[in-house]
Amino acid sequence: MELFRNTNIDFLGKKWYFLAFSLIFSVAGIWSMLFWHHIPWGVEFRGGTLVYVKFAQTPDLDQIRHALDAAGLHDPKIQRFGPTSDNEVLVDLGLQETSEAALDQGKNTIIRALEPQAATGKQDLNNTGAAGLQAYLMQKDPMHLGTDAEQRYTQLAHQMDDFRNQQRGGILNSIDDLRGIAPPEVLSTLQQDFFTSNFVVRNVEIVGPQVGKQLTKQALYATLYSLGGMLVYLWFRFELIYGVGAVVACLHDTIITVGFFSLLDKEISLTVIAAILTLIGYSMNDTIVVFDRIRENLKLMRREPLADIVNKSINQTLSRTILTSGLTFLTVLSLYIFGGEVLRNFSLALVIGILIGTYSSIAVAAPMLVAYQDWRAKKAGQATVERLTAQRSKATSNNKVKVKA
Amino acid sequence: MNKNLLAKTILIIAVLIIFLFGILGIPSSFTGKGLLAAVQQRIHLGLDLKGGTHLILQVQVNDAINADSDRAIERLKEDLKKANIPFAEISKPDPQNRPELIAIKGVPPEQSSDLRRIISDKYPEFDLVSGAQNTWSLTMKTTVADDTRKKAVQQAIETIRNRIDQLGVSEPVIQEHGLGDYQILVQLPGVDDPARVKEIMQSTALLEIRQVIGGPFPSEQAAMQSSGGVLPPDAVLMKGVSGVHGQDQANEGDVYWLVSRSSAVSGSDLRSADAGHDENGRADVNFTLTGDGGRRFAAFTGSHVGEKLGVVLDNRVKSVATIQEQIHDQGRITGSFTEQETQDLALTLRSGALPASIKYLQEVTVGPSLGADSIREGVRAAVIGMVVVMVFMLFYYKAAGINADLALFLNLVILVGFLGYSGAVLTLPGIAGVILTVGMGVDSNVLIFERIREEVRHGKTPSSAVDQGFAHAWTTILDTHVTTIVSAVILFLFGTGPVRGFAVTLSVGLLANLFTAVFVSRVIFEAVLNRHTRGEALSI
Repeated sequence: MELFRNTNIDFLGKKWYFLAFSLIFSVAGIWSMLFWHHIPWGVEFRGGTLVYVKFAQTPDLDQIRHALDAAGLHDPKIQRFGPTSDNEVLVDLGLQETSEAALDQGKNTIIRALEPQAATGKQDLNNTGAAGLQAYLMQKDPMHLGTDAEQRYTQLAHQMDDFRNQQRGGILNSIDDLRGIAPPEVLSTLQQDFFTSNFVVRNVEIVGPQVGKQLTKQALYATLYSLGGMLVYLWFRFELIYGVGAVVACLHDTIITVGFFSLLDKEISLTVIAAILTLIGYSMNDTIVVFDRIRENLKLMRREPLADIVNKSINQTLSRTILTSGLTFLTVLSLYIFGGEVLRNFSLALVIGILIGTYSSIAVAAPMLVAYQDWRAKKAGQATVERLTAQRSKATSNNKVKVKA
Repeated sequence: MNKNLLAKTILIIAVLIIFLFGILGIPSSFTGKGLLAAVQQRIHLGLDLKGGTHLILQVQVNDAINADSDRAIERLKEDLKKANIPFAEISKPDPQNRPELIAIKGVPPEQSSDLRRIISDKYPEFDLVSGAQNTWSLTMKTTVADDTRKKAVQQAIETIRNRIDQLGVSEPVIQEHGLGDYQILVQLPGVDDPARVKEIMQSTALLEIRQVIGGPFPSEQAAMQSSGGVLPPDAVLMKGVSGVHGQDQANEGDVYWLVSRSSAVSGSDLRSADAGHDENGRADVNFTLTGDGGRRFAAFTGSHVGEKLGVVLDNRVKSVATIQEQIHDQGRITGSFTEQETQDLALTLRSGALPASIKYLQEVTVGPSLGADSIREGVRAAVIGMVVVMVFMLFYYKAAGINADLALFLNLVILVGFLGYSGAVLTLPGIAGVILTVGMGVDSNVLIFERIREEVRHGKTPSSAVDQGFAHAWTTILDTHVTTIVSAVILFLFGTGPVRGFAVTLSVGLLANLFTAVFVSRVIFEAVLNRHTRGEALSI
């Protein structure tokens, strides 16, 4: 089976369509970055408190907002997280609730507000980890184990924790759910001091303002160094104009990807930055393959115009380009669809990046080469034309002598 | 050629076995469960897959400098008294922002040379500069101050490590973080209650024993009134408990004490501490000081018999006692403590004290249920991606597709085996890196195979086509891998935790790919061609 055998598409001829396409998306993205959603920085960059809570049943967002308001949190962003069947909610407090004097104050307020039975003095079993369970069991010693207590209770605590996390998605509906995992005397002791709430805190991210600023700087530096490094490497392997063309293509890819995130209002977290740096590397990959072929063909086809050589090179590498981009795209698509909510924005960046990266090698880098060559040729060409005509007139005047005989 | 081929094949099989060992170790059994357990033991999971707590804290290094300069002020006052040099005031004009600056006022100009001599003899870590109107500035040398700051961070790391060790967390990470801002990174796998950890780490950060000048006062104004409406220059207002040592405390209402600014002894002079019970059966803490600390404590208590001293924990007066007699190096702290509190207190004292207080900058807690879900989903996506790619290669390149699939499989074995050997952690983006390696790795095979197809189309023999294919594709493969590895290295340098995991799997995967896609594929081709009859076409 073989696709793309002997294609002969005039890519360079379509360069105005490509330019229009790129311009539309770049401008839309930049406009959104400046005026609409701006750049939706993730919490590691802007600071703030993020609490991911999973509920036993479908959560009522209004009820949650009400409870938080009563607790003194007046401006949280509350939204569903992940597929609806997961019953997960994300509570996003801004920077004002996240002072460095009491970093986890916002989180603690949220947890207290969501626990209606906290007033009874009992502890929430669903938000107690294995260590807490073990400490409690050691203190109460319901099985009267004496010296063997520590090992046995550690094992039991881990068994209960694993059962809850792996079989019940983190939430127990009642203490009786543990029947069969723990002996009855343990269960009755737990009944005295614990209750089961209807939620569990899955993930917490609290970032103070200092760390956020530091990280933003680091991310920017990393991107700039990456691009700079590529430029130097390509300058070595090819000529400067190749390096510039490739870097411009990469910048184009970055702007369009970030623009997409801005348009769709998807958060740019640290892992998304990692994805963007990866796609810069990938786009560079792609561009190099085309450039390699162009360089090879330049040696073989000396007399043909540059535009034809470039076209032919792209056509020759088309099969390889579409195939590898396609395969990498399929693996990243698998990640986007099956990889879970935590990686979703990361894989989105890669999905967009691979498509745009492939496109840019053909539509941005290659035409830039030709355009630069043409521009240089035009500048040099004017001088050549003048010199040629002057010489010819001199030559014809000499010929007059020969004609006479 | 046959001998070469055999040697190469043996090399490849050896690599396979070595890296399989890296993944599995020696499994207890070859059943599914046994293999899974073996893998879980070898591969370390990052916080985002195992669940745990990640904290970034900042050591307030100026506290350490303040402590040093406070002590220097006390010593200087003694020294000037002994040398009969009068002075009006020695204090710090701006302890908040310039803790290293001390101002000496009121030294008569005739004795300035004596002052200079004392400073240069006994205070080599300070620079003395004269100012207007008989004032002098005593500034800690920058090298000394910087050194103190760095030491404060190092000591904080040691202390925190001690305390967390005693909590029994497995494989904690405690290290300096970031670029020069006195930050410490603490990662505690499996810990889902950061509040308790922070309590242990921070609550008794700064232990000091100071002289109590006045108190207890019911309010700030009452305290100020007792000293004539203004705070004496060497005293500090501090909140604390109301009880005097030995009395039962009915309520824990806050009262105010006037405490000396400098400490008689501090946490670093502590040698050991134990929870115990006093004569009345109440929980208390017994402590022992070091030799040097004991000497200083003896000097202090000896010259202040009948006066009060206070045990100050984190700028709160925890216990006040009257000095009955000179105490050398053994002391006891009593109060209305519970058993748990004395245990915690003794634990904290035992691990040494933090030289400066700490401020929390970032806190991330990943619950274990989320970690389990993440592993499941990540591995599922990886398997699906791999299967799709492998099936496609079989369809598109026929028998050569098997070649590519084998190379891909070996690539993954090397990658995961490397993780097992190096102890590098696997994070969720790391799993994504594995998936990306699959996609980009197969890129090299496609490059080579497309080139081989081209050569075959131009009429070359299979063996020559294979040679040409590999030769031409090599430079392109090298270029593309180098550029991606460069961006991965930059990611590793600038990134943290999960991002680093991604950078590691991507780089190692691509390096392994250079081996498998070029060397291993070639060997497989040669083996296949060896079995070919003359003129048989290449299945590609």
